Amino acid sequence: MTFALSFYTLAVVKALVLLGILLITLVYIQWVERKLIAHIQGRWGPNRVGPHGLLQPIADSLKLLTKEDLTPPHVHKLIFVMAPFLAVSLALISIAVIPFGGEVEVFGVRTTLQLTDLNIGLLFIFAVTSLGVYGIALGGWASNNKYSLFGALRSSAQMLSYELSLSLGVVGVLLLSGSLSLRRIVDSQAGYYFGFLPRWNVFHGPLPQLVGFLVYLTAAFAETNRVPFDLPEAETELVAGFHTEYSSMKFALFFMAEYANMITVACLATVLFFGGWHAPLPESWGIQYAPLVVGALVAGLLLYHSQGAFAGKQRRSMQVFGVVAALIGAAFLLQPVRVLFSPLFWFAAKSGFFLFLYIWVRGTLPRFRYDQLMGFGWKVLFPVGVANVLVTALMVALFG
Amino acid sequence: MLDTALFYIFAALTLGGGVLTITRRSAVHSAIWLITSLLGVAGLYLLQRAEFLAGVQVILYVGGIMVLFLFVIMLVNLDQAAKEKRFSGQKWIALACVAAVALQALWFVSKGAGRFTLGQPSIAGENLGNSEHVSRVLFSQYLLPFELASILLLVAIIGAVVMAKKRI
Amino acid sequence: MPDSAQILRLLPEILLSVFGTLIMVLDPLTGRNRKALLGVLALVGAYCAWIGALVSYANPGPAFGGMVTVDGFATFFRLLVCAIGFLTVLASMSYLERNELPQGEYYALVLFGVAGQSLMAVSGELVLIFLGLEISSISTYILAGFLREDAKSNEASLKYFFLGSFATAFFLYGVALTYGATGSTKLVVIRQAMEGKDANVVLAVIAGALMFVGLAFKVSAAPFQVWTPDVYQGAPSPVTAYLSTGPKAAAFAIFLRIFFTTVPQTGVMWGWLLWTCALLSMTIGNFAALVQTDIKRMLAYSSIAHAGYVLVAFTSCTPIGAAAAMFYLAAYAFMNLGAFTVVSHLSGRREQYVAIDHYAGLGRRRPFLAALLTIFLLSLVGIPLTGGFFGKFYIFRAAVNADLLWLAVLGLLNSAVAAYYYLKVIVVMYMQEPKEEVTIEPVPATLAATLVLAAGAVFFLGVYPGPVLDFATRSASFSRQ
Repeated sequence: MTFALSFYTLAVVKALVLLGILLITLVYIQWVERKLIAHIQGRWGPNRVGPHGLLQPIADSLKLLTKEDLTPPHVHKLIFVMAPFLAVSLALISIAVIPFGGEVEVFGVRTTLQLTDLNIGLLFIFAVTSLGVYGIALGGWASNNKYSLFGALRSSAQMLSYELSLSLGVVGVLLLSGSLSLRRIVDSQAGYYFGFLPRWNVFHGPLPQLVGFLVYLTAAFAETNRVPFDLPEAETELVAGFHTEYSSMKFALFFMAEYANMITVACLATVLFFGGWHAPLPESWGIQYAPLVVGALVAGLLLYHSQGAFAGKQRRSMQVFGVVAALIGAAFLLQPVRVLFSPLFWFAAKSGFFLFLYIWVRGTLPRFRYDQLMGFGWKVLFPVGVANVLVTALMVALFG
Repeated sequence: MLDTALFYIFAALTLGGGVLTITRRSAVHSAIWLITSLLGVAGLYLLQRAEFLAGVQVILYVGGIMVLFLFVIMLVNLDQAAKEKRFSGQKWIALACVAAVALQALWFVSKGAGRFTLGQPSIAGENLGNSEHVSRVLFSQYLLPFELASILLLVAIIGAVVMAKKRI
Repeated sequence: MPDSAQILRLLPEILLSVFGTLIMVLDPLTGRNRKALLGVLALVGAYCAWIGALVSYANPGPAFGGMVTVDGFATFFRLLVCAIGFLTVLASMSYLERNELPQGEYYALVLFGVAGQSLMAVSGELVLIFLGLEISSISTYILAGFLREDAKSNEASLKYFFLGSFATAFFLYGVALTYGATGSTKLVVIRQAMEGKDANVVLAVIAGALMFVGLAFKVSAAPFQVWTPDVYQGAPSPVTAYLSTGPKAAAFAIFLRIFFTTVPQTGVMWGWLLWTCALLSMTIGNFAALVQTDIKRMLAYSSIAHAGYVLVAFTSCTPIGAAAAMFYLAAYAFMNLGAFTVVSHLSGRREQYVAIDHYAGLGRRRPFLAALLTIFLLSLVGIPLTGGFFGKFYIFRAAVNADLLWLAVLGLLNSAVAAYYYLKVIVVMYMQEPKEEVTIEPVPATLAATLVLAAGAVFFLGVYPGPVLDFATRSASFSRQ
């Protein structure tokens, strides 16, 4: 039985669901980051609020919300207030065109797992990303403070320079799939070579886009102002860069924007280069049971570790999570759940990996110097990107 | 109906942004209004179903060129310029020109759209997306201008380096 | 995919761009003392392009869907701008060396600029014309400011850039409106649309007026001439020589092509506009030149006046007028190039000797230079046996034939006024004693070659104008096809 929902209702429902998931991810990615960085540095990370510090992000959010919202007297008020909202709304908008999965039927409503499929989807994302710099640049300028201004200047130069490489890294993908629509780009990556090698763009003939992917990834780090390219907020030189004067919720908005951008970039990497929601192996290899295996593994690990050095609440919570993981895994035994959630599982797994990569890099690499950053962007990344486009175009023309 | 409303909104953004661009004292404000104006133009493109143009408009003008503008404005100290008198002696000439253009526009409007034959835009491709259509025309009919534009840009790059580099 | 015949029709532009790029690539690979090799390469490039123009004329016709048309008219201007490019490079070699200017960029910009001008000459389509115009303009903006440490040169570059961009914007607006009115940017199609029953004449007239403003600026015709003296004075002298000839000739080429091809009844609609413009240019140019003490500034005003003479030929709106304009532009190019080349050599390091007084006694100290400068100045006056004479003669004949008696008379009076300031320089050179010490370096071979070539061309056009005029007349008939 199918019943038609009006276009608007459906859109609103989808937007709300997506926003909810996105916000939860936004909040918890910070917990994951702090934990991971702590482990990389041989510390425990947050572990006071809630079991394993799991409630820490909520406590942080409350703290930021209730702190006094300072607006220094020397700032340019309107733009000062506007900038963080600009940053966060632009960061959240771009997620709208990212496809998370194919067409599904939930409670009799057929829809795609995507807010909207624009035929210029990729262009839209680049347009919105290119606007993202204004949040930082204007915020830094409006703060009327030399450190903030330097942060703003750095970010505008940096993002402009790396945007070129970002787009160049993607051009190869466009040449292979022949569309700007993200859904069609993912569709073009369905299927497998030799029965096992996925036709993802990183493996796609006639020229695997591995170089394009590396260019994209590197530029994406710079676009999101993450380590090792976080010069706009380099605390050792610029106090806190563009957000020096921001406090309370406005600061939190900048923070959110940064993480939302990270998520978009990670999702985009998945969509463009790693086949979106397509599984890495054909079903004949039994890949549809992978979520099950993962669930079982996680459950096993948690239950095993709960026998270790933990005590009381910590131990009990680990056991609870282990059981939950096992249950989630088991749910994938059911056919309808599998059909609905398998694509989402793969999408989340791939994007999650890239998010992990972000955090990993942050825990490992030092920051660039400013001239190195510009030199690298223009003298290394850009030529490599151009070369990749040229070679890909040639290969597509010859064998495509 | 919705299209008409949107048209007026975007048109207002474009024109209002333009007017505010030239009347604000602070250069940064001018730049922000120029951005608004350019976004309005992008909106107008969208209304014409020219998504590709709209996207490119935003990426290039708003996301590229205007960022550079802002960059320069922030680097250069414009406080002095802001204090000086703007619209030096030629105010009346300028107003007269504006009045002339306004009269022209009024005259056009009073004649009504029907009186003017406008050139027909090229036929939209069958089932082709906007970007595909643009690229098809660009790489066949307008191949030569497209390639020549690269020479133009090369000359501009050489010029910029010659003018700006400390030691050649 | 364009076939080889079509590509062959673009041979000069391709050659110029290739040589320009080649020079930029080789520039970092040549040692500091061997930069003159780049100049030689540029000379080869300009020469090849000149030959290329002839080669592509062997098989005339349209290319790239009618965007480009190789015909006699295009070939005439192509040959002219390539020759100007060649002479400019030749004249600049010693100047660049003396002033220690970066040579690779200079030659590359000249070649690219010539490519743009040559493109303007062949294109029969507004988008392409605009691109050519911009390629040429941007390279000249930079060249005008090539003396980077000199405030005057900076001023010239900046002024030229701002006003030039403004003028280009006018032109572009005109192009856009034309497209709106006729639905095409191809000149032939525009003509057809204008002759059609439901032609949108009002919009087209506005578009034409806007394009007129842009082009009148580029040829420095009054009342859009204000930039000319400052830019010509501030720019390095060889660049001024180039500025006043190459871009101007190309701008006149598209001026002719656009207005003769697209406007159905040129005479009726544009006559009075051209008439006023021509008279204003001649008068303002000549009378302002009378009071100048700086020779570059004087020549700048004289070049405004010369634009006025060419506009007189335009006003006649006949093929004969067009041919006269073409002939005049060719003659003017060589005499002006020659005059400015002499000026560039005499100006010394950093252009310190540019006042007319500095020329006192030149006739005794440097008889060769003085004699050549005299030839060029006499040609600018329009004395028989020089190219300038026949140029003026054909122009005024065309004007009289087209019943523009008043304009012809006023033009002749203007020439009489002009004779005064040209002859004044000659008088200073031969009959005055130098008031201050002016050091003049020996004439380098390249410069001498330039001067001899230019003087040869001036004499050739003045003694034996037949072939060139014939060619111009034959190719100018495009206008009434």
